[in-house]
Amino acid sequence: MIALIPLLPLLGFVINASLGRRLPKAVSGGIASLVMLASFAVSALTVWDLAGRAASQRVIEQTLYTWISSGDFVLDLAFRVDPLSAVMILVVTGVGSLIHIYSTAYMHEEVDSEYARYFSYLNLFAAFMLVLVLGANFLVLFVGWEGVGLCSYLLIGFWFEKQSASDAGKKAFVVNRIGDYAFILGTLLVFLRFGTLDFQRVASAVSPLAPESMFGMLSLATLLLFVGATGKSAQIPLHVWLPDAMEGPTPVSALIHAATMVTAGVYMLGRNAVLFSHAPETMAIVAVIGASTALMAGTIGLVQNDIKRVLAYSTVSQLGYMFLAMGVGAFGAGIFHLYTHAFFKALLFLGSGAVIHALHGEQDIRNMGGLKAGLPITYWTFLIGSLAIAGVPGLAGFFSKDEILFETFAGGHRILWTIGIMTSLLTATYMFRLVFLTFHGERREGAIAIGGGAIARDAGAISHQDSASSHQDSASSHQDSAISHQDSAISHQDSASSHQDSASSHRHSAGSHLHDAPAAMAFALIVLALGAVLAGYVGVPRGLGGHNALGAWLEPSFKAHAVTTLADAQVTSPEEAQAEGSATSGEGLELSLMVVSSIVALVGIGLAAFVWLKRREIADKAAQAFPGLYELLLNKYYVDEIYDALIVQPIRIVSQEGLWRGVDMHVIDGAVNGTASIVDSGSTLLRRLQSGSVRAYAGSLLIGVVLILGYYLWR
Amino acid sequence: MNVPLLSISWLLPVAGAGLLLLVGNADRRRNGLIRWLTLAISIAVFAVTLAIWASFDGSSPEFQLVERHAWIPAFGIDYYVAIDGVSLLLVVLTAFLTPIALLSSWESIGRKVKEFSIFILLLEAAMIGVFLSLDLFLFYVFWDAMLIPMYFLIGIWGYDQRIYAAIKFMLYTMAGSVLMLVAILGLAYLHNAAEGSYSFDLLKLYTLDIAPSTQVWFFLAFAVAFAIKVPLFPFHTWLPDAHVQAPTAGSVILAGVLLKMGTYGLVRFAFPLFPVAAAYFAPWIAVLAVIGIIYGALVAMVQPDMKKLVAYSSVSHLGFVVLGICAMNVQGMQGAVYQMLAHGVSTGGLFLMVGMLSDRRHTRLISEFGGLKKVMPHLTAAFMIIMLASIGLPGLNGFIGEFLIMLGAFRWDPRYVVGAGLGVILSAVYMLWMFQRVYYGKVTHDENVTLPDLQPREWAAVVPICAAALIMGVFPALFLKPMEPAVTRIVERMQNTQTLRVKDEMQNAKFKMQTVSASRERSDSRGAFDSVVP
Repeated sequence: MIALIPLLPLLGFVINASLGRRLPKAVSGGIASLVMLASFAVSALTVWDLAGRAASQRVIEQTLYTWISSGDFVLDLAFRVDPLSAVMILVVTGVGSLIHIYSTAYMHEEVDSEYARYFSYLNLFAAFMLVLVLGANFLVLFVGWEGVGLCSYLLIGFWFEKQSASDAGKKAFVVNRIGDYAFILGTLLVFLRFGTLDFQRVASAVSPLAPESMFGMLSLATLLLFVGATGKSAQIPLHVWLPDAMEGPTPVSALIHAATMVTAGVYMLGRNAVLFSHAPETMAIVAVIGASTALMAGTIGLVQNDIKRVLAYSTVSQLGYMFLAMGVGAFGAGIFHLYTHAFFKALLFLGSGAVIHALHGEQDIRNMGGLKAGLPITYWTFLIGSLAIAGVPGLAGFFSKDEILFETFAGGHRILWTIGIMTSLLTATYMFRLVFLTFHGERREGAIAIGGGAIARDAGAISHQDSASSHQDSASSHQDSAISHQDSAISHQDSASSHQDSASSHRHSAGSHLHDAPAAMAFALIVLALGAVLAGYVGVPRGLGGHNALGAWLEPSFKAHAVTTLADAQVTSPEEAQAEGSATSGEGLELSLMVVSSIVALVGIGLAAFVWLKRREIADKAAQAFPGLYELLLNKYYVDEIYDALIVQPIRIVSQEGLWRGVDMHVIDGAVNGTASIVDSGSTLLRRLQSGSVRAYAGSLLIGVVLILGYYLWR
Repeated sequence: MNVPLLSISWLLPVAGAGLLLLVGNADRRRNGLIRWLTLAISIAVFAVTLAIWASFDGSSPEFQLVERHAWIPAFGIDYYVAIDGVSLLLVVLTAFLTPIALLSSWESIGRKVKEFSIFILLLEAAMIGVFLSLDLFLFYVFWDAMLIPMYFLIGIWGYDQRIYAAIKFMLYTMAGSVLMLVAILGLAYLHNAAEGSYSFDLLKLYTLDIAPSTQVWFFLAFAVAFAIKVPLFPFHTWLPDAHVQAPTAGSVILAGVLLKMGTYGLVRFAFPLFPVAAAYFAPWIAVLAVIGIIYGALVAMVQPDMKKLVAYSSVSHLGFVVLGICAMNVQGMQGAVYQMLAHGVSTGGLFLMVGMLSDRRHTRLISEFGGLKKVMPHLTAAFMIIMLASIGLPGLNGFIGEFLIMLGAFRWDPRYVVGAGLGVILSAVYMLWMFQRVYYGKVTHDENVTLPDLQPREWAAVVPICAAALIMGVFPALFLKPMEPAVTRIVERMQNTQTLRVKDEMQNAKFKMQTVSASRERSDSRGAFDSVVP
């Protein structure tokens, strides 16, 4: 039964991949959406079944067959639904269905075969994502893990004729591979230690152990797994691929690069909660990486001008929050945020897609403004999403983010909490900067000629270097134009038309009357907006009179199964008692923290309103006052450039000049050909001896006799 | 009952080659007939190998379908063929790839079609013979018989520098096989010394008790011969030349089957015959394997020529196989054999499809292509599948072998896996980069605008390859099961001999040994060994 959940989208993939190019759009898009809805229905039934059971019985397993078997290594292709994967399958199939429906309209301008190709990839992605969250062991998870990476690669590079798109796809795949390398090493270490790769059995084997007091084998294994997670979930130091991934179609960004795939790392940590909580050293690293990523991405998000890139950095930042939660041991809070984030971030991306759709491809927010009137549905849903992510009380993001901050604070991690609050301020600010610049104020079509970005990077055909350096070029030219044209950008839109390239002048002619999202897109936006408002109410904290239903639901997934021995009970009971005792004071603390972060969110929004609605010149003046800082942020701390200079180029040059031309062609083949020429000259010498001349033979005979005689005489 | 299936499997292509000799083709009018006839014969051979598989008992580690006849009794030389799970699958792979190789060179070989077909069939016969032989003399005959058709295939139907490449290939491999011949004769001599009669019977030679100091030399002779064939770094430089110059069919067979001869030789001969020496040298060989993995990948990355890129990628992939063998445990060995099969399918497939491009454009330079996805969507899709198989995407064949090898090697010594794993990252780099430059982007060369997509003949070659890659990835048990008993036996043989040997030595009190672990702690047996080597 549960195997159907991934198999249905797989069926959709097979149909669209094999027959798609002959099917009309309505059919291929329809099939793709229907299999997703069917998968959602099966998921819902499964979860319903699960919910009807006692908390300890909430596990459904299905083993298809033994996948790999070699000696004592036996691995089943097995799926398992437990409370954690239940949440995940609902998110993946639910949000996934909406995004499929949205895509039927968004991708309508593609020709039939491309349209079918798009949907086949999207279905394939959903299938792998479901394998990932349903896999009962590390290796089945890894099948999904690599599979979603592949689909991400295919979908980022969907418009394959565009150099920047195929570059971005490749970058995503390769960076993820680095993480996967660590993940596989971690998996092997787990198997070496526990003799199994089944999540439950590993958890049961770990739970009686004492947490490692020093950095040991468990810490190493979990750290390696976490490095894998940083690849998939775009955390420092492997975060560099996600912003580039925005080259893909916007619904893809919503589904893969916001709501589902990028959260796989968080899910994986949650899946191995028992293992990770036995490695406090790793947990500390996870928390610190999460918090730093959240802050770093938030600062970058503040200055980016591409609507999708702002959202991409926002995603990186929010994922950082989730890892912060995981790192401080608040697994439930992390998954809660994953779940609410899926709604509002998918909503925001789809909203940005509607904007881009309406503006015929324009993505630079400096060329937007005043779209509120023309795009009411988009505007209001986007606003709801922004309020939710900013953490305004009552909306989804508020509950989950506050729970993370509360748990961080309650766990004694004051510095991390401070970083979290700062990020919270940044989040509210950059999101409302985006809202105000996009929808409020006056229309600013073509204010900034966007020669950079996609087009300039076309030149970089050969290597990372080219694309990376032109990255830099385009980025700094952005900046130049931002500063030098600021006046014209604000007050003389008309005169700025001289800076337009042909592409934006094309947009210009089409841009004067806007079309709001078509029905299929509007439907997805509205449903997701409802989610962004309501999703948080499954986890209302005790401090607000709720009972954190989601946290309780998830609890069994973070514990080892069926090993609640007496010893365990004794160990845990004092802590529980303590927790009970401090419950009231905890609620008080939670309430006050909640007030703090609500104020922070409102301050952030107010700040954004003040700067970008009232006094635009403040932002520009700030940029001019701190040009170094501004450029640093605009160029994303130059991480791409640093990687390129320190890793990519050296490897390429060493391979080309050192290994291939040097070692292979000169050293080895030099030795081979050298041997050949020695043999050659040696045989030439020997040939001379066999001249056929009797006199020469007689002469050499004589010399030989003399030498031999001489030897004996001399002796 | 008692149909000599094994003999049929290699005699059938020989008979087919004889039949082709009878077809007069002076005016080339019968090229078509010859092509179809050859294809029919090769498919019949594949059917025979499937029949062998069907009559094979996969649960037994024993050699099966034994055929044995005295050949040169004075020296104990027999015609002795049999299969176990390891050779079975390699024979099937050989027969699977030969028809595909023929299809790949269907039109591009216009010259001397008859001779070409005869050489391909003879090559197939010799390759199958190598896998079947249990008599070392017979093995050596097939081993060298294999070189001749390959030499001509490269030298006659190859590209511009074919003569250089053919001679380089020949000399490299001959150098190795001479060493091996000496070692084989030496083994027969040792048997004579111990048992009073010459024998080339592998199973008897397995039981010989060879002194470690002697094992060293024998092992080295075999290992060098096989290392050249693999090719293991730094013996690999013949490979890119041979591959680039060979016609597509030659490359497919070279990559698909011939490279496995080296690793097969390590699994069947070098390691189990001389287990103590193998244990001593395994860490060093594994180091070379890991260097090869990384080195091959790095050099592949910067190749401007697609065929060379794939050739260097083979150096990298075969490094994995050797690493698995060196681990000398069930997962490592089984992963190694699986990776041989997987590499045969996927790299054979890559050469096949590079050949399709090169047939159309008469160039293999990456820079001559670009944007082909628009022009040839089907070839692009097929290439993508095989590329993903090659870089080890789970669900396709490459992953199973690589994972098992890493698992086996990890149990032995995790440090090798840390190095080898980098190859997994790099393989994605060089493959995706090549794929991007060839298939993505806009069509940059006008000649490429009109390139036709897959033709029916090409479909017939590509579909089985892709299907095999998928089946091997999704249902690996089909292939892992029949080989497991045989692999386990090989591993046990090595471990037992090492343990026995070491125990003997302890009892004799000749050697200062502290501990011996039956689970083959490498450092221990090496410790025993160090004191043995003079």
